[in-house]
Amino acid sequence: MGIENYSETKFYKLDKPIALKCGKSLENIKIAYQTYGKLNNNKDNAILVLHALTGSAHAAFINKKTNKKGWWDNMIGPNKAFDTNKFFVISSNVLGGCYGTTGPKSINPSTNMPYALDFPVVTIEDMVKVQKKLVDYFGIKKIIVAGGSMGGMQALQWSIAYPEYVKSTILIATAARLNAQSIAFNAVARNAILKDSNFNNGNYYNSKHPENGLAIARMVGHITYLCEEAMYKKFGREFKGTPSFDFGIDFQVESYLEHQGKIFVDRFDANSYLYITKALDYYDPIKEYGNLENALKNSNSKFLIISFSTDWLFTTQQAKQIVSTLIKLNKNVSFVELESKCGHDAFLLEFEKQTKIIKSFLGE
Amino acid sequence: MTTKEFNLNYKIVCSLIPKKARILDLGCADGKLLKILKNEKNIDGLGVEISQDSVLKALQKGLNIVQGDLDKGLGEFQNSSFDYAILNQTLQSTKNPEFVLYEMLRVAKKCIVSFPNFAYWKVRLYLFFKGKMPKSNVLPYEWYDTPNVHLLTISDFFEFCYKRNIKIEKSIYLTKKKARSGFLIKNIANFFSEEAIFVITKL
Repeated sequence: MGIENYSETKFYKLDKPIALKCGKSLENIKIAYQTYGKLNNNKDNAILVLHALTGSAHAAFINKKTNKKGWWDNMIGPNKAFDTNKFFVISSNVLGGCYGTTGPKSINPSTNMPYALDFPVVTIEDMVKVQKKLVDYFGIKKIIVAGGSMGGMQALQWSIAYPEYVKSTILIATAARLNAQSIAFNAVARNAILKDSNFNNGNYYNSKHPENGLAIARMVGHITYLCEEAMYKKFGREFKGTPSFDFGIDFQVESYLEHQGKIFVDRFDANSYLYITKALDYYDPIKEYGNLENALKNSNSKFLIISFSTDWLFTTQQAKQIVSTLIKLNKNVSFVELESKCGHDAFLLEFEKQTKIIKSFLGE
Repeated sequence: MTTKEFNLNYKIVCSLIPKKARILDLGCADGKLLKILKNEKNIDGLGVEISQDSVLKALQKGLNIVQGDLDKGLGEFQNSSFDYAILNQTLQSTKNPEFVLYEMLRVAKKCIVSFPNFAYWKVRLYLFFKGKMPKSNVLPYEWYDTPNVHLLTISDFFEFCYKRNIKIEKSIYLTKKKARSGFLIKNIANFFSEEAIFVITKL
């Protein structure tokens, strides 16, 4: 295999509509995806990596257009955790997203306008269903699924929905369902968007976007991705300059959140943020199956579960709930809680520790 | 400990385990024993280990391993969900040995517990003549830097089990090269054994 430096997004169109959990069906679905490495002749060396809330298909290498690295570039590549010399890595944008896969900003074929809020409410289950179509298109026989945060929920859903098909599942900084606190943060984020004067019931594509609302939503998100320790280390109580004695940006932490909000509105669609956070909130295989045991009982997968000590959005306790269910079911499961000062963001940052663990688990 | 002694300990633990049993190895370190049991007895095993480096080594051996602190209990495990729980050379380094043993007895039908015997005659002589905390191959640490915070003797263990209605099904006493099982007079075993291995159950 030649050395790849650049990645390219491709598209796969589904020829049949998909029945969604909400009862509606969606046609003309287009999936944006990237692949790295080579699929072997047995078609059994594939790893599907699953992105979090605001990720895209661009997981690794450098995007030619933007010149930016993928969101998990430090984990995917030759000799990295997901070794592209050995594995065929697939990454796709989720259903409802805004990075090429069909979502609320896509054109509704029946109106020739963007769907906006006419887009059906999609779930983690629906996202996975669509990903399965892409994987089938490659003719893959058995698959390894891996993801952090919302990506971990998708990976879990893969092992529930396709118990025979998934051979290994890697769940990082994730949970079987959000707790009330996390749903509350998502509610605040959605409210910020919904109450923005430019929101116009989601029909803002030809005018000003609800940028203030989306920026506030992102600020809230960023608070939950860090932890007290990370914030202390990054900003402390440092001022940007001298106290302004007005309500402008005084503290470094304010400046950071402001900046994160500002750069986010250029890259993300507010409607997608509503839809994807809703999918996160709704996901609950425990309720769906009565308990997690029922959900996972048919799985043939082996599991690796990683949590981070300072992650309070997806806690070690929540990870252990999955671990203990799998132990009860006598499945092959390993669990590691990594020490980190990065909060939830650790799954994107602590790549050295994760690499060692994942490589060991994948048998290198 | 030297490799040779490890082998004897492993050999005996291995001989106590039936084929295809479901095993929980507590404080399994790098998973050496679990790997042996997997190869020799085709067991279905799971390890618990606190140290991240050890967890990595066990993962590399293809074992199922859960990072955890025994002193915090075995909350992830259901009652009687394992055939055997093993606590090999680890009891003396737990902060709360009584709690750990209760938890083991809760999650497994039978438990194998081994520890270095602090009443071994060489240990006694060391303390008697040198007047210092005994050190040996089995007890290699300095008093101020040892994980062994709850050293005990064979007689202590018998008394402990007796008072708590814990049944000792088997007792095996080890010296450097030899293992003797069973019905030695307890005080003699306590004097001559460097290490002991017990199979215990709830009464």
